[in-house]
Amino acid sequence: MLLIRCPYCQEERPELEFRNAGEAHIARSANMAGETDDDFEKFFFIRSNPKGIIYERWRHMHGCARFFNAVRDTVTDKFVMTYKAGEPKPSKLPGVAK
Amino acid sequence: MKKYSVFAIAREAMRGHKGWEEQWSSPEPKKEYDVIIVGAGGHGLATAYYLATVHGITNVAVLEKGWLGGGNTGRNTTIIRSNYLYDESAGIYDHALKLWDGLSQELNYNVMYSARGVMMLAHNVHDVQVLKRHVHANRLNGIDNEWLSPEQAKEFCPPLNTSKDARYPVVGAALQRRGGTARHDAVAWGYARGASARGVHIIQNCEVTGVKRAANGAVMGVDTTRGFIGAKKVGVVAAGHSSVIMNMAGVRMPLESYPLQALVSEPVKPVVPCVVMSNTVHAYISQSDKGELVIGAGTDQYVSYSQTGGLHILQHTLDAICEMFPIFTRMKMLRSWGGIVDVTPDRSPILAKTPVPGLYVNCGWGTGGFKATPGSGHVFAHTIAKDDPHPINAPFTIERFRTGRLIDEAAAAAVAH
Repeated sequence: MLLIRCPYCQEERPELEFRNAGEAHIARSANMAGETDDDFEKFFFIRSNPKGIIYERWRHMHGCARFFNAVRDTVTDKFVMTYKAGEPKPSKLPGVAK
Repeated sequence: MKKYSVFAIAREAMRGHKGWEEQWSSPEPKKEYDVIIVGAGGHGLATAYYLATVHGITNVAVLEKGWLGGGNTGRNTTIIRSNYLYDESAGIYDHALKLWDGLSQELNYNVMYSARGVMMLAHNVHDVQVLKRHVHANRLNGIDNEWLSPEQAKEFCPPLNTSKDARYPVVGAALQRRGGTARHDAVAWGYARGASARGVHIIQNCEVTGVKRAANGAVMGVDTTRGFIGAKKVGVVAAGHSSVIMNMAGVRMPLESYPLQALVSEPVKPVVPCVVMSNTVHAYISQSDKGELVIGAGTDQYVSYSQTGGLHILQHTLDAICEMFPIFTRMKMLRSWGGIVDVTPDRSPILAKTPVPGLYVNCGWGTGGFKATPGSGHVFAHTIAKDDPHPINAPFTIERFRTGRLIDEAAAAAVAH
């Protein structure tokens, strides 16, 4: 089971308290009806599914119930960091090359 | 290829078993092939086999980064069924089921297909409605599926707890008698042997690291850990890693890869005569011919390539098994493992041409690809050979996620996701 640090509660808690909420930093269009089919497909269905560093959303369902973002390595399942929703995608990751 | 038969066994018994030949050869890769298949699992090897037998294309290489059948082919729970709701799914899964029947004879290799029946339990009024809808939809598509009362379910599977006092009582069941199990390793080995005998090169420990494209965009071949190998046609059948390979060709996919875990018990005398599945308590169980109970359930919730998962998933699965079969509460589990499954948004596979000329993809089988192995290989070989999909896999395009013409088994697959 993963141990996940909620950036709001400032605590590392077991995965059972959380729900994964998919890839992070996918912006929803302000004008959804005006989206082309191509753009809607990219927004709604296409995912980066990386083997390596992933930026993903989690929700602290059975805690503060808030959404936040996490950086995790999908090969080792180790978390690099978590940060609050709305904060920009971190440009430098602690302990990660490149 | 020497034929396996009772006479071959007798002949070899007379001469100390010195005449058995290798089941498939391990040649050095050539510089160029007509077709390269990426991934030597069941689906990839079946594709190569049908390219050779149905379409006469034998200048084929199957590249495998690990060992043959060592990915999801060797990690699934071997369940075979075709009781899917929608016409497109019924078409492809029943095409596979028809090929399972007779596959051992076709391959001259015992894949141990056992039509022992797949029984899906209903525990509440919603289950009854959904499963009865499946029974009717399946029968309209010519697929056997029948409704059982709790008493009939108990008769079909005696260790099942059908007590009315159960927390989730069994109120009925849908039974597909042609469903069952097969030996997953033998499926990979049988297809590998058949393909190799017809000239297909199976190259293990050869990981694809890049896909080369010409100036006009068409595929030229693949970079591998054993050097560049050319081909005008490349079929990607890489299961959980399909999106990784497709990214090398510059194609982004509607896929996410999740760990799916399974476990087996210590071997015991025959006790579970069929496959039993339940969505509501969420677990499924069958018994292998070795006697182990083979148990599985849902995926972990996060994208991962680690081939492991959380223990709480297995605990939840065993809670469900003990609910359905209190007889197993003291059974010891022998081992558990994980595989990485590539899941599409509508939970239906993609078997199609891609925007890249000469590049084909067979992926997105998610948590239930093993059952489709023969049918998938058969129609994918057609797609590659003719550069045009077979009518059976024509609906399973990548473009459906742009047009909206989904095959939405996510809500209808008769298993919870």
